[in-house]
Amino acid sequence: MTADTLSLEKLPSKLQVNDLNFYYGGYHALKNVSMSIPEKCVTAFIGPSGCGKSTLLRTFNRMFELYPEQRAEGQIMMNGENLLTTTMDVGLLRAQIGMVFQKPTPFPMSIYDNIAFGIKLFENLNRTEMEDRVEWALTKAALWNEVKDKLKQSGNGLSGGQQQRLCIARAIAIKPQVLLMDEPCSALDPISTGYIEELITELKKDYTVVIVTHNMQHAARASDFTAYMYLGELIEFGKTDDIFVQPKKKQTEDYITGRFG
Amino acid sequence: MVKEHLSTQYDADLEEIRTRMLQMGGLVEEQVSNALAGYADGNSPTLDRVKATEERVNQLEIELDDRCTHLIARRQPAAGDLRLVMAVVKSITDLERIGDEAAKIARIAKQMHERGIVHLSGFSDVRVAANLASSMLKGALDAFARMDAEAAQQIVMQDKHIDSEFRSLLRELITFMMEDPRTISTALDIVWIAKALERVGDHAKNIAEYVIYVSSGTDVRHSQGQSESTALG
Repeated sequence: MTADTLSLEKLPSKLQVNDLNFYYGGYHALKNVSMSIPEKCVTAFIGPSGCGKSTLLRTFNRMFELYPEQRAEGQIMMNGENLLTTTMDVGLLRAQIGMVFQKPTPFPMSIYDNIAFGIKLFENLNRTEMEDRVEWALTKAALWNEVKDKLKQSGNGLSGGQQQRLCIARAIAIKPQVLLMDEPCSALDPISTGYIEELITELKKDYTVVIVTHNMQHAARASDFTAYMYLGELIEFGKTDDIFVQPKKKQTEDYITGRFG
Repeated sequence: MVKEHLSTQYDADLEEIRTRMLQMGGLVEEQVSNALAGYADGNSPTLDRVKATEERVNQLEIELDDRCTHLIARRQPAAGDLRLVMAVVKSITDLERIGDEAAKIARIAKQMHERGIVHLSGFSDVRVAANLASSMLKGALDAFARMDAEAAQQIVMQDKHIDSEFRSLLRELITFMMEDPRTISTALDIVWIAKALERVGDHAKNIAEYVIYVSSGTDVRHSQGQSESTALG
């Protein structure tokens, strides 16, 4: 499925956001955001710092609930359920909607255990099954060949790009439906970035991927759809090809051509 | 009004590309008008200037291609900026070819005057086609300078006038050739000139279509009549 042949309206929606408002205490950070994140596509959120793109991403797996003064109102529908009001265990929700952060965050344990840790929380696999799953996840994350001989070594010993791929492997090991990435390449060199971008393209065959990025070329290269946000509002959302060649809104044009300010 | 870019150098580079392209357009316009003036009065130095200008036009084409390549490599222009750069890259090819057509007219005109023009009694001349081609070229360059999609649309529509003018000239010249074989070589030379003018019109139309693309993001090439007029709406 490629974005070239399908329009946003015709694609099945994975996450349907309806009138979402978000507050950091008294600060209104997201204002009536409505959008449909298409299934098995890569959607990128771009916009200047403080525009709400990371905030929006963090509402999808209720990461914000770690902080008591933050609250979200509205609907985020996935598989017919409103994620904001569901009684589903938040751990289970985050297993379905995985997240990869800006800085690689390997657990202080072996490469193998980094992957196995999350799986053990949700599934009861025997040793062979677990080994297969770890290999599968590391292969999916394009890391297997580099680490297969040192699975017992610490994850912290890997390079930045490898650590980030380890985190991606960890997120996909529990077979989520959606993968959220908050600036996954901003701490990486161009070659590691290339690996991750290639990987993102691979991952969308099985998962719905949502990326937040400051790097517009990154969004242009890696995503099928792009949403431009400004001051908590969704300004424009459409095919990446359209947004970067002929955006409809003047504000979007100003931002992506560097005339923002 | 377009906001300033965060990098003033980027704005300066884009502006320089636009300016050079219009400068190239000015030279090509001069080539066409010199070729036509020389054809009308047989003035040899005027016709020679067409060839001399061609070298500067070619230099500008190479320089502009290079500037655009560097801008894309270093700045990764997007949206309207990207469309402008793409339009310049394409327009300069059309401009260079208009220059070639002008040189062709000048060459034929020179040969005709050297040989001595055979008078075609009652021939209506290529003046109408020449005026149409010149005004389309000027109009396309003006529309580019002002990024005026509506003016560009008018130029696109004018192309069919010059096409029909060429066809009627051809019919007229064929009758001369059939009636008096001594007119054949002159009549054929005039056919080539008329054809060159018709090509100038085609290239001017292309440039006008790029203007529409830059300002509205709509690609109107290879669309006809109705779709051309609705493409802007």
